[in-house]
Amino acid sequence: MRGSFSTITKMLSAGAVTAGLLMSFPARAADDTIKVGILHSLSGTMAISETTLKDAMLMLIDEQNAKGGLLGKKLEAVVVDPASNWPLFAEKARELISKDKVAAVFGCWTSVSRKSVLPVFSELDNILFYPVQYEGEESERNVFYTGAAPNQQAIPAVDYLMSEDGGSVKRWVLEGTDYVYPRTTNKILEAYLKAKGVAAEDIMVNYTPFGFSDWQTEVSAIKKFGSAGKKTAVVSTVNGDANVPFYKELGNQGIKAEDIPVMAFSVGEEELAGLDTAPLVGHLAAWNYFQSIDTPENAKFIADWHKFIKNDKRTTNDPMEAHYVGFNMWVKAVEKAGTTDPDKVIDAVIGVSVPNLTGGYSTMMPNHHITKPVLIGEIQADGQFETVSQTPGLVMGDEWSDYLADSKDLISDWRAPLSCGNFNVATGKCGGKGTN
Amino acid sequence: MSQPASAAAREPTDPPGSVVDFSTTWTATRPGELVLSSSPPGREVSTLKSRQKSMVLTRAIGLTLLLLLGMLSPSNAAEADLRAIIAKFATASNFSATEAVVRELVATGDTAVERPLGALAEGDLYVRKADSLVFIGKAAGGSVALLDPLSGEKSGDAAKSEITKIKVNNTLRRAIRDALGTLTLGAKDPAARIAAADTMFKTPDATNIEPLDAAIASETVGSVKALLEQARAASVMVSDRPEADKLAAVALIGGRGDRNALSLLTAVEANSEGAVKDAATAAIANINSTLALWDAGQNIWYGISLGSVLLLAAIGLAITFGVMGVINMAHGEMVMLGAYTTFVVQEVIRNSFPGLFDWSLVIALPLAFSVAALVGLVIERGVIRFLYGRPLETLLATWGVSLILQQAVRTIFGPTNQEVGNPSWMSGSFGIGQLAVTWNRLWILVFALGVFAVLLYVMKRTPWGLQMRAVTANRRMAASMGIRTPWVDALTFALGSGIAGIAGVALSQIDNVSPNLGRGYIIDSFMVVVFGGVGNLWGTLVGAFSLGIVNKFLEPYAGAVLGKIVVLVLIILFIQKRPRGLFALKGRSVEA
Repeated sequence: MRGSFSTITKMLSAGAVTAGLLMSFPARAADDTIKVGILHSLSGTMAISETTLKDAMLMLIDEQNAKGGLLGKKLEAVVVDPASNWPLFAEKARELISKDKVAAVFGCWTSVSRKSVLPVFSELDNILFYPVQYEGEESERNVFYTGAAPNQQAIPAVDYLMSEDGGSVKRWVLEGTDYVYPRTTNKILEAYLKAKGVAAEDIMVNYTPFGFSDWQTEVSAIKKFGSAGKKTAVVSTVNGDANVPFYKELGNQGIKAEDIPVMAFSVGEEELAGLDTAPLVGHLAAWNYFQSIDTPENAKFIADWHKFIKNDKRTTNDPMEAHYVGFNMWVKAVEKAGTTDPDKVIDAVIGVSVPNLTGGYSTMMPNHHITKPVLIGEIQADGQFETVSQTPGLVMGDEWSDYLADSKDLISDWRAPLSCGNFNVATGKCGGKGTN
Repeated sequence: MSQPASAAAREPTDPPGSVVDFSTTWTATRPGELVLSSSPPGREVSTLKSRQKSMVLTRAIGLTLLLLLGMLSPSNAAEADLRAIIAKFATASNFSATEAVVRELVATGDTAVERPLGALAEGDLYVRKADSLVFIGKAAGGSVALLDPLSGEKSGDAAKSEITKIKVNNTLRRAIRDALGTLTLGAKDPAARIAAADTMFKTPDATNIEPLDAAIASETVGSVKALLEQARAASVMVSDRPEADKLAAVALIGGRGDRNALSLLTAVEANSEGAVKDAATAAIANINSTLALWDAGQNIWYGISLGSVLLLAAIGLAITFGVMGVINMAHGEMVMLGAYTTFVVQEVIRNSFPGLFDWSLVIALPLAFSVAALVGLVIERGVIRFLYGRPLETLLATWGVSLILQQAVRTIFGPTNQEVGNPSWMSGSFGIGQLAVTWNRLWILVFALGVFAVLLYVMKRTPWGLQMRAVTANRRMAASMGIRTPWVDALTFALGSGIAGIAGVALSQIDNVSPNLGRGYIIDSFMVVVFGGVGNLWGTLVGAFSLGIVNKFLEPYAGAVLGKIVVLVLIILFIQKRPRGLFALKGRSVEA
């Protein structure tokens, strides 16, 4: 049995490598183009989410070329397929930087894939724009985090549920998929809830495996936990494919949003596309962008997207907006620096401000995170979200959570002279360690 | 019944006029109804000092009257009042302003507000930008049909850009639901009355007692009456009624014995003292012990349901792997093809024959079988037949085929989930005692057992099944008896694949329809077949259900992640002890 399994693995990675090679565009050694790497899985489990981001990047690059390119040169996309295989992410990143000589890379979805490419980016000194909400506890010189840190999504979402508008929730179920993002986020949330005076017996934490599909026991446990006479809500960090059966079971067991609302951090328009959302109206999600946002920028973005993808039904989502913001920031920083040299761009991009799709501006902060508005949306019968609450201003991404003992003294500032991603203000030394 | 009769019923002496004296909110607009009333309000009402309380009571009495009289259409004056209030929705700028308007509407006590409030809760209430008038909107094609909020009559169309939706959130929806609960107590449809009683049970309020008393008095359906009495008891608990009333109420709520009762009693226990607290504590203990039993029953049901899913996923593999001995790693992709066939069938039905939607799964079944069987046939003829007797190569080749199929589906349909709807007969749930059984799970169980029975019949009672078993038992002997073994191989593989395809139809109801669908089931399927005993259909059945039940009993204690690990460890140990699984095949074929 052992023999056959390792053979399967070999076979798999061999197949993936071949597929990857076929996907990557032939590298043309031309000086009149600037190459941009796109590192998103186009096959395997994560293809469901990441393929859309690859298409969004191709669209953004097309548009930039239509506007006359960058520094008088055309942009050229180099697409590779890391096939949802974490070690392959590192290999593909190395290939993009060393062989294709890309100026910057836009990519990764899961935290584990990001962790896998980090050493490659610092060794070869290139730039990664990472577009997905994540657990924080990290700030790297070569990485720009355009997705939400926990304080730009999780904490405001919980605040909303605690508020009168959100139903003054007193009892909490933290339901997540068993991997690093939910575990760290739930650790932060648990500490935050306890700091807000929630008793330990009013918090239930539960994890399920990736791709979990039999939610009967979990949903009935939620029902049971919710019948203790206090207003209960579920905070869900359930990821990807497992969401559809989860919501189907919620609907079938008759849990209504008015009674036990579910606040999700990983459910966007894309995930809802596979669901009949009528029984789910009122369940919530916290993001920094919704397709339903009514701004001229967003209307144009959606129209461009539909035209590019040639399908009016395709949705837009939060990580796409993060790429939109990140790509425009990179373009502006390259223009500011006058070169695509990663070292210069890394310095130039701090402080760059570009319009986001929600009608404001997002700015790259010295900790390599950006400012964003936080939106709470309710699921509607048409599969879209309706914003029911919005933070009054922009929220700055906080990479080191203030609610975890390990990281509360850490800050990050990549400007000279500090140039440190984990500076401990208590000891005055660079090199602190967070929770993971 | 032990609870006291309502104030109104106890002293029906005062003339109705006394009510009109101190309240003109709505009674004045309907003098006719008061005169007609067969149960005039009691003296206690007119002697109340507090203006607010009297308003509430009057409203309650008004409701009573309405209930007794049935739905009378509101007079013009009242309608104008309602319209004036509804118009305020247009200027409500935030949720609390909207909620204030809702409360004002409910305070009129007029059942006519049910329509606009219901529409608001559904998110169907709109304001026309041009004249700030409020309408109920029903999307009809590209435009929205505007209906009058009170009469429901059509009053024009509007483009989506000409109207603004009045936003609702959960708090508002809850407020509307609670308010409608009181208003729909007198509805003609017993289901609406049950829903009202349920809502009022969950949101007890002392002001509910009066309308509930009236509703109980006029209720003719026994089961609804019991629910109404429980709802009344819940409201008594939060009122300032005497202790004896409350004790009776605790007994009544305790008798209900479900989680809602538990939730209510927990709150009562925390907020009361003395005899009531003790009674509540006792009732809670009682409910908890009953619920513990139901929990065990629930685990068994969940286990059976998980088992039926495992059985469906594995039963095709029991043919291709179990009977033929082909390690078919592309089995999961056959399931996926079945699910995608369902999706395509539903798309066609949605676009061309919307009336047939409830039949979509029935229509999809033969198609899914054919599609998967055909693909299976091609795989067998194209790849597997060259690899019989070489298990490792078969494994690698079928794995390759599975990757090809996945990527092909991804290219054709896109990487995202596709929406497969539940037909109405597979949506929702029903209760057996405290056990919530969802319809889709129940149907999947029935379906899995049906497929199993059919397959068993084919294998044991048909000539084809006989040939299949003969080829498996001794290929050369079968061939010399004149059986065309290559065709039997091909058809057997196609049968196994086709069965996987119809499993996909069922699984599309509970899982994602995405290119990765099959990946989630392949390990479980092999687990079931190996555990049950290779080559034995009954083994697959017993294996699937025992794994399902063990899994579901472990899950509440160990959690889903650890539960799965424990099950795997148990299987490894079991296979060490009995390498051939639960039901080992005996005879010559095993040694061959």
